[in-house]
Parts: sequence; structure tokens; C-alpha cells
Amino acid sequence: MQYLLRRLVLIVPVLFGVSVIVFTIMHVIPGDPVQLMFAGTGAGAEQREAMRHALGLDLPLPVQYVNYVSRVIRGDLGQSVHFRQPVLELILERMPATIELTLVGLIIALAVAFPIGSLSALKRYTLTDYIVMTGATLGISLPTFWIGIMLIMLVAVNLGWLPSFGRIDYVVHPQRITGFLLIDSLFTWNIPALKNALAHLALPALALGTATATFSTRFIRSSMLEVIGQDYVVVARAKGLRERVLFARHVLRNALIPVVTLIGLQMGGLLGGAVVTETIFAWPGMGRLVIQAIYNRDFVLVQGVVLFFALIRVTINLLTDVLYVWIDPRIGHI
Amino acid sequence: MAESLTRPLLQDRELLAPRQSELKRIVSAFLLSKIATLGALIFVLFLLITILAPVLAPHDPALQDLKRRLAPPVGLGMEGASWEYPLGNDNLGRDILSRLLVGSRVSFVVGVTTILLSASVGSLIGAISGFYRGPLDNVVMRFVDIWMAFPGLLLAIAFGAALGPGLVNLILALSLTNWVVYCRVVRAEVLSIRERDYVMAAQIVGASDLWVILRHVLPNIMAPILVISTLRMGTVIISEASLNFLGIGVQSSMPTWGGMLSDGREFMRNAWWLATFPGIAISIVVLGVNLLGDGLRDALDPRLRHR
Repeated sequence: MQYLLRRLVLIVPVLFGVSVIVFTIMHVIPGDPVQLMFAGTGAGAEQREAMRHALGLDLPLPVQYVNYVSRVIRGDLGQSVHFRQPVLELILERMPATIELTLVGLIIALAVAFPIGSLSALKRYTLTDYIVMTGATLGISLPTFWIGIMLIMLVAVNLGWLPSFGRIDYVVHPQRITGFLLIDSLFTWNIPALKNALAHLALPALALGTATATFSTRFIRSSMLEVIGQDYVVVARAKGLRERVLFARHVLRNALIPVVTLIGLQMGGLLGGAVVTETIFAWPGMGRLVIQAIYNRDFVLVQGVVLFFALIRVTINLLTDVLYVWIDPRIGHI
Repeated sequence: MAESLTRPLLQDRELLAPRQSELKRIVSAFLLSKIATLGALIFVLFLLITILAPVLAPHDPALQDLKRRLAPPVGLGMEGASWEYPLGNDNLGRDILSRLLVGSRVSFVVGVTTILLSASVGSLIGAISGFYRGPLDNVVMRFVDIWMAFPGLLLAIAFGAALGPGLVNLILALSLTNWVVYCRVVRAEVLSIRERDYVMAAQIVGASDLWVILRHVLPNIMAPILVISTLRMGTVIISEASLNFLGIGVQSSMPTWGGMLSDGREFMRNAWWLATFPGIAISIVVLGVNLLGDGLRDALDPRLRHR
């Protein structure tokens, strides 16, 4: 409990720092945001000045920062210039799509990496191990966006098996409860919507998952090897315990602990990868939103989305830390 | 035995001997690994291609031959293929092979410069932070924590968008994202090195901090820096390609592998080669540097082998 409290308190300075960085990035942009806002509208200097004043852009930077933070704390992330909608509203609308994609990507990655990585460790220095390790090294070298494009080309365009863009067909309307299409369609027992959403999710999640799976396989293999080398495993084996029992009782449980670390480690890559994957698959999430915002030079929106991404990352780090203590209570006492 | 005891204990040659044999061991360990050698070969080839690109490219990469729009590559028996354009032509009739060769330059320059820049800045900050410890170290580490709160690629995208297009800005955006990796690793290494006897001995005889850092600390952290640099290079090249793919990289007039992939996406249905070849090029180069990095790590630190 004490550990948890300490961990929660430590988040405050991180979030403060994150807000400073996001604010700074958006203030080093060359060019005047008001100028951009009125580009092509023929607005006069007076109108621009009035807008600058209304947005508080004529104030000194530290004052602007304090204003910005106090607005953010109140949940006001500003107004998107392009969408003419509050930034928070736009983000919340798209956040479930990104979380759904990242989580399913992570599940695919772990479902592939855990058995393969374990097998590779158990059969160390055999042909199986070499094939797995070669595959993993090859996989790490493939850019996520290229995997995505190849999947679209092979599975969607040539074979026509799965859709290549969007989150669901326009004709299917599952009732929106949580915003997570898989959960919503399950809640309302809307099987056609569930199938449709799964079909749309398959390729982007696979692209994102493949990239993550390769690193995870190597990680799981090495942590599994570490467990296998431990004295208690050697003793158990010396006692004459059957390999299967040994693996289930002694190796597997202890090898699960680093997987939690792995999830924390991979989340940054997954969220970053989601930005590119969403763009390729026209997936209506936060990643595509930030890229659209950059193209539209809608910097208030960029600022909001980047802040939210960092918030998600920090939250997941906290959750994995808590999970860690729960699995291995020794850690909380360090 | 008796003879060795009668000799002076510290002769110059003997002092140097372990170091030489260590180097020999590293080189032979590296060369013994076929995979590491393959990685080194790919990297050297990549280097040669970037230097010789203008000579090797059979055509001007910007030259448009509209009659050859979307012409296929040779060897597949497709109509319109020509040995003059072995990998086919893009949507504007430009030679894909020439664009790939010239496009390698952006990947190489961005990859190497980003690594050099982030390694020197990150290592310096990490070394100072680990050496002096105390409140300075605390501040630096909290700053690193904050930096790590952002997904790497997203931070690079945000910096890239804020700085605007261009080669220098792209390098800056990627370096701003990467320096923390060095900072963390080097700090941890320095924390342990500064406790070693030889560092204390140097401090006792009155060596300045700068001297100790340059003479005793830096040489001992070169190995991890070298290994991370090679392994990070692959990530940097993929990030560079991702940014160019998203249109947040260099100016669009410059051929880049990421940019070619992005252009090729539109023609997936009828001209798969546009998006396929640049992807293969990126993958081969990244595979090469990854193998090289794995090989270096195994050779420099045998404890980590087969991890």
C-alpha cells in the first residue's frame, strides 16, 4: 500500500514535466498559429490581433503556461481549429479505438511470443531454437508500416478475405456503450457487428502484433532461460520430477513475472506503432487523429493528443508496477 | 616459474599484452560468428551504396518517363519489363532502382548522424549525472522519466511536426527522442565504474574530474555505447522511414525509402512492386545492423551471449 502511494505521488512530477514538454513543443513551431487559423480567409490584422488576445497568445510564455495547465486540469484542452469541436471530445471519441487496437495487438503478440519463446528456451541450441531466433531477428527488422502494407496487399486486395480500412462497415451500427466495439457488440449480443468489428480489427492488430511479437519472443526466451538455470529447477530435476510437471509447476509461474515487465516495455512501442498502423488502415483512433491534426496544422489538437498518449503510457506503467507487486510481493518491500 | 619471478613484474610489453589479446579475442569472437560477419558485410555494402549511389544509379532518380508509368520489374515474365529498369518504374515513370540507391543516402545520413548526436549528448549527460550523483543526478533522472513517458515514435512525430520538414530537422527530431537511451545506460555504468579502485586511486593522486572522466570512465563505457549504437541504428532507420512515410520527414523532392513506400501504397492493387522494394531495402539494412549489433554485443560481453 505504501509502495502504491509512493508510486502515485511520483506520477505528479512526471505529469507536470509532460505538460511542460508538450507546451514547449507546440511553442517552438515556426509560424504564427493565428496566421494559420485565418489562412485564406482574408481576415485583417485587427481580427487576428483580437483572436490572439482572445486565445491569450499575447501574454508572456510563463503566464500562457499557467493558463494552459489550469485549463487542462479543468478538462479543457481547447478547441480544434479544423474540426471546430472541443479537443477533449475528439480524443475521447477516438480513444477506445486506439486502446482496442493496442490491446488486441498486445494479446496477439503475447499469444505468439510466449509459446514460441518458451519452446525456443526449452529446446536451446536445437534446430527449433535457431529457426525461432532467426525468425525473431528477421521480424525485428521489418517496419510495422511495411508489414501493414504487405498484409493489405496480400490478404485484403489479392485474396479479398478481410477488409483493409476502417473499424466497422457503415451499414452495421452497434449500440455505443463503452466505445469499444468488441465489448459493445458482445454486451448487446449483436453477433453480426462483433464479426464485422473483428474482421476489421484483424489486419491492423496483426500488423501491430507481429512487430511486438518478435521482440517479445527474444525477451521471453531469455527470461525463461534464466528461470531454467535457477537452483530450484536444477534440484527439482535432480529429484526426478517429470519435465512436464517441472515446467508447469516451477518454470512457467516464475517466467510469467518478466512478462509483466515486457508489457510495460512494449506499450511505448505499441502506442507509437499504433500511430502509423492507424494511418495505414484508416483506423479512426488517436494516432490517425494526431497525423490528421499535423496535416491540418491544427496544433491545439496535436498538443491534446500527445498529452493523452503520454497519460495512457504513464497509467499503464503504473498498472504494470501494481501488477508486479501483486504477483511478486517481494518487490514492494525494496 | 622461477624465471618469471626473477623478472621485473611490470614491463611495458606485459602491461600491454592482456589488452592486445583482449582485442584479438573480441575480433576473433566476432569473425567466428557467421551471422555477425554477415551483418558487417551488409553494413559495409550499405555504406558503399550510399557513397557510390550517383555512380551506381543507372538513371536520374527524378527523371520521369511517362510512357513507362508503373512498368513492372524484370524476371517475372510481365509485359513491359525491361532490363534497362530492372526493378520497374513508379507512377511517374521514374526508375525504382535508381531511387532506391539514392534514397539509401537519407537513411544512412539520418541513421549515423542521429546516433552520433544522441550518443554524444546522452552519454555526456549520463556520465556527468552518474559521476556527480546527488541532486543533479536526481533532476536528470526525473527528466529522463518524463521523456520516457512519451511513446518514442510519437515524440519524434511531434518534434518533426513542430520543427518542420528538412534533413537537419529530421535528425534533430530523432536525436531528441533517442538521447535518453544513452543517458540511462551510461549513467548506470558510470555509477558502478566510479566506485572502482583505479578511479579512487586517480582521485587520490589529485587527478581532476575531467581527467578521470576522460581517461578512466569514458574508455570503460565505450563498449556498451558501441553496442547500443549499432542496435539503436535499426530503430532509428525504421523511425526515419516511418516519418518520411507519414510525410513528416525531408522535403518530398528528395527520394527516401519511406516516401517511396508511401507513394507506392496508392498503387497496391495493380503495381505491388512500388511498395515492396523499398520495404525489402529497409528490412535488409535494419537486419544487417541488428546482426552487427548482436555480434558486437556477444564479442564484447560474452556473458550476454545467446540472450
